[in-house]
Amino acid sequence: MIFVALKMLMGDRAKYIGIIIGLTFASLLITQQASVFVGLMTRTFAAITDLGQADIWVMDPKVQFVDDVKPLSDTKLFLVRGVAGVQWAVPLYKGLLKARLENGNFQTCNVLGLDDATLVGGPPKMVEGKLEDLHRAEAVIIDVNGARGKLARPPTVEGGERTPLRIGDTLELNDHRAVVVGLCEVTRTFQSQPTVYTTYSRATQFAPKERRLLSFILVKPKPDEDPAALCTRIQAQTGLLAITRPDFQWTTVKYYMKYTGIPINFGIAVLLGFLVGTVIAGQTFYNFTLDNLKQFGALKAMGASNLTLLRMILVQALTAGSIGYGLGVGLASLFGRAVRGSELAFRMMPQILWISAGAVAFICALSAVLSIRKVMKLEPAIVFKS
Amino acid sequence: MQTETTLAVSCRGVTKTYTSGTTRTHALRGVDLDVFPNELLMLVGPSGCGKTTLISVIAGILDQDEGEAIVFGRDFKAMGQREKTKWRGVHIGFVFQAFNLLPSLNARENVAVPLLILGENRKNALERAQAVLAEVGLGDRGDSLPAQLSGGQQQRVAIGRALVHGPRLIVCDEPTSSLDHETGRTVIELLRKTAVAEGRALVIVTHDTRIFSYADRIARMDDGRITRIEMNGASS
Repeated sequence: MIFVALKMLMGDRAKYIGIIIGLTFASLLITQQASVFVGLMTRTFAAITDLGQADIWVMDPKVQFVDDVKPLSDTKLFLVRGVAGVQWAVPLYKGLLKARLENGNFQTCNVLGLDDATLVGGPPKMVEGKLEDLHRAEAVIIDVNGARGKLARPPTVEGGERTPLRIGDTLELNDHRAVVVGLCEVTRTFQSQPTVYTTYSRATQFAPKERRLLSFILVKPKPDEDPAALCTRIQAQTGLLAITRPDFQWTTVKYYMKYTGIPINFGIAVLLGFLVGTVIAGQTFYNFTLDNLKQFGALKAMGASNLTLLRMILVQALTAGSIGYGLGVGLASLFGRAVRGSELAFRMMPQILWISAGAVAFICALSAVLSIRKVMKLEPAIVFKS
Repeated sequence: MQTETTLAVSCRGVTKTYTSGTTRTHALRGVDLDVFPNELLMLVGPSGCGKTTLISVIAGILDQDEGEAIVFGRDFKAMGQREKTKWRGVHIGFVFQAFNLLPSLNARENVAVPLLILGENRKNALERAQAVLAEVGLGDRGDSLPAQLSGGQQQRVAIGRALVHGPRLIVCDEPTSSLDHETGRTVIELLRKTAVAEGRALVIVTHDTRIFSYADRIARMDDGRITRIEMNGASS
């Protein structure tokens, strides 16, 4: 009877398409909006992701997220290096500095100052030049998106194209000359500002003069050292906050979730997708069953048991759900593919696919339950009513 | 003479009352009726006299309030719902006034439905359905959807569906009322020829006086009772 159920479902083209559109819409909206949300949240901790060599981040105890820099005195670095279990500890400058563009405009850049000796925390991928070139005088490495976009030189003729920054070009960072020695790829940040890498000592020269300029201390535990235990030890001995990389990422996400309206806005969009999908698909599926009530009655009269009819409706709901879910997720993937590398954030995680599948399954189950109740209570004698 | 045990249908004192709010409608007021194997019995009478209620009880799709309805020795009241549904699927065929064909299934698939309900595999069911379609004169229309068939052809498909699983009792509700005279005659001739055979009984509810001559007996109903049963001399 599964074959009959599928033929019934697909035979009424208009309703079939209505059900599929409803489920596709719900699946698309839930998957797409959730992926954009996760993409945005991922960008909030882009700096932590890109500085992957450090397993532990040490900072002022009042720091709430990665961009909430509360500088430390340089001497704290030595305190951390003295904690048992630390393989290495290096300084990191992280700050927003203004770059002066050729047309006189200013562009805020996210400047990362790496340990002069080791350059630990460098960009995840160099596109042009070498990380070691940072040892050259006034050297900076810029991310390609920034070089092609916000830091690009203005067109020489009106209506012309902007010229990307290239190796050898110069720019002014907080009134200091900087020479581009390399281009790199980085994870886009939440604010989408260009990322500029330089050495720690040079970054502190670029930065406005303050008594304390050390933003974070990056720590690598010794082999076989438990990072969580080392964090506890560092906190106890230095009074600083030490957290593992995943915990710092999650702390940052939680800050944005708590103090911005982003989760609520996306949550509303996801909820709307779910509700609209439920209404369209659920109502159409229910109407489809109502329209076929006499056919179900005839099947019941001819000896189809309630269990058989239940199976038929479940197969119909499951089929419509699978197709709608597949189309929705497929369209969301195409969207993600289309915006890859652009300003738009998008990260489709397996968990999102599960959530979306669960939501579509819930919509189908709800529609099926409403329909099944009607069919179960159906008197087969209905077939003799003309 | 037929004995009690050889009856296809035996109804004794069957009553049925419908209640809607404070209104009670006595659809059946103690019906006694026997139907014999190899017989075509027509139930006739004015609208609302209880004909449809009676065949619903006989077909086991409606429970009577009181009395006894025994079909081929089985008392529906003694059966559980599941058993009754299964028994109905095996032993009873239905022909409806509005055909009730599944619009998205072609003629062959529609005819195969009772076999599929009984768990027959699809290939065998469709082969058997094609053979039955040929018996009802639609061997070349197996791939046609109901919407592509005339009313008469649709009713022939419905007859094929009622016959395909070899039921012992076929109940028909106004099988010719949606059809023109000529088509109606063709359909009743087909029913007469193919359905009444091998110990099978046929009960037809009808208003259509043009087909009375095809009955073995005619049971006249009025106000929830059988008022008269006539032997039909014209029947074959």
